[in-house]
Amino acid sequence: MQIRALAPLALAAALVGCATPPQPLYQWGNFTGFTYDSLRGEGKSPAEQIDLMIAHSQKVTQAGQKVPPGFHAHLALLYLKVGRNEAAQAHFEAERREFPESAGYIDSLIKAATKPATKASS
Amino acid sequence: MNLRTLKAALALVGVAVLTGCATPPPPYDYTAFRQAKPATILVMPPVNQSPDVKASNSVWAQTAIPLAESGYYVVPVTVVAETFRENGMVNPEEAAQASPEKLRSFFGADAALYLAVKQYGTSYKVIGSDSRVTVEGKLVDLRTGQQLWDGSATASTAEQQQSSGGGLVGLLVKALVTQILESSTNASHPMAALANQRLLAAGRHAGMLFGPRSPLYGKDFQQGQR
Repeated sequence: MQIRALAPLALAAALVGCATPPQPLYQWGNFTGFTYDSLRGEGKSPAEQIDLMIAHSQKVTQAGQKVPPGFHAHLALLYLKVGRNEAAQAHFEAERREFPESAGYIDSLIKAATKPATKASS
Repeated sequence: MNLRTLKAALALVGVAVLTGCATPPPPYDYTAFRQAKPATILVMPPVNQSPDVKASNSVWAQTAIPLAESGYYVVPVTVVAETFRENGMVNPEEAAQASPEKLRSFFGADAALYLAVKQYGTSYKVIGSDSRVTVEGKLVDLRTGQQLWDGSATASTAEQQQSSGGGLVGLLVKALVTQILESSTNASHPMAALANQRLLAAGRHAGMLFGPRSPLYGKDFQQGQR
């Protein structure tokens, strides 16, 4: 009986020992693809990415799960590109709320986003 | 769980880990890594040493999954690219010149991951073709400038033709490779994802340790650690 209880534990250990944990921490959707598209300037446009990412984010939140680090910050960057600075600020704040360890960098981005006339410098 | 059960469990875990990974290679020294306890990682734009101009972005875009799923906060890659651009550092070589202090003041990260793409691309042979990606990585503490970890990993479509012999994990890798190949036109792009996974996912021999957001943080018990 004890052996039986331990079997899943042993399996988990075997997986952990050689690969990644079986349960993902985050729901990625196509975030990686959008990251690639933005870096190379091809594929999905910022406006298309925004629609798809918002839909994904809503689905994930409703399921009580989490979007990955950088998801909201990338959305914020997309909103800046289409000139919607308030939405950008809201998503930078969402990134900081979900991941407080991002605060230092995100605060400087919010500062830059709320002062669109001045160029970011530090 | 009582103490006896726990002991039995630990023994089982040991057996599972050993049988899962075959021969134990020499240990990796994690002293500096363990002391530094990085929580946030800045992935620097990868320096491309391959002939394919797509290599750097292809590798860079796919670093967040293995690192974040291992428990780290990954400084948002596209926003980092923007910040470097705004500050006149338009290519990976220029970004790599920035001092740890400067990077820390810009991005607030605990550590920076420097990557080099050694191989990226397809070579055509008599029997089929081989798309191969090799990535080298070095993790540096931005507070002290000290190196915490380094490693290298390769992924290749030719693996499919060979019997992997890696047991369950081998089968999983094979399935993953097949799946991503079918949905991609650039065969090296999914190989970059696989190379990144092998290089950056915690819990591998001589690999990265788990980060604070992982339930396995501080419980790394993979062989070869000390």
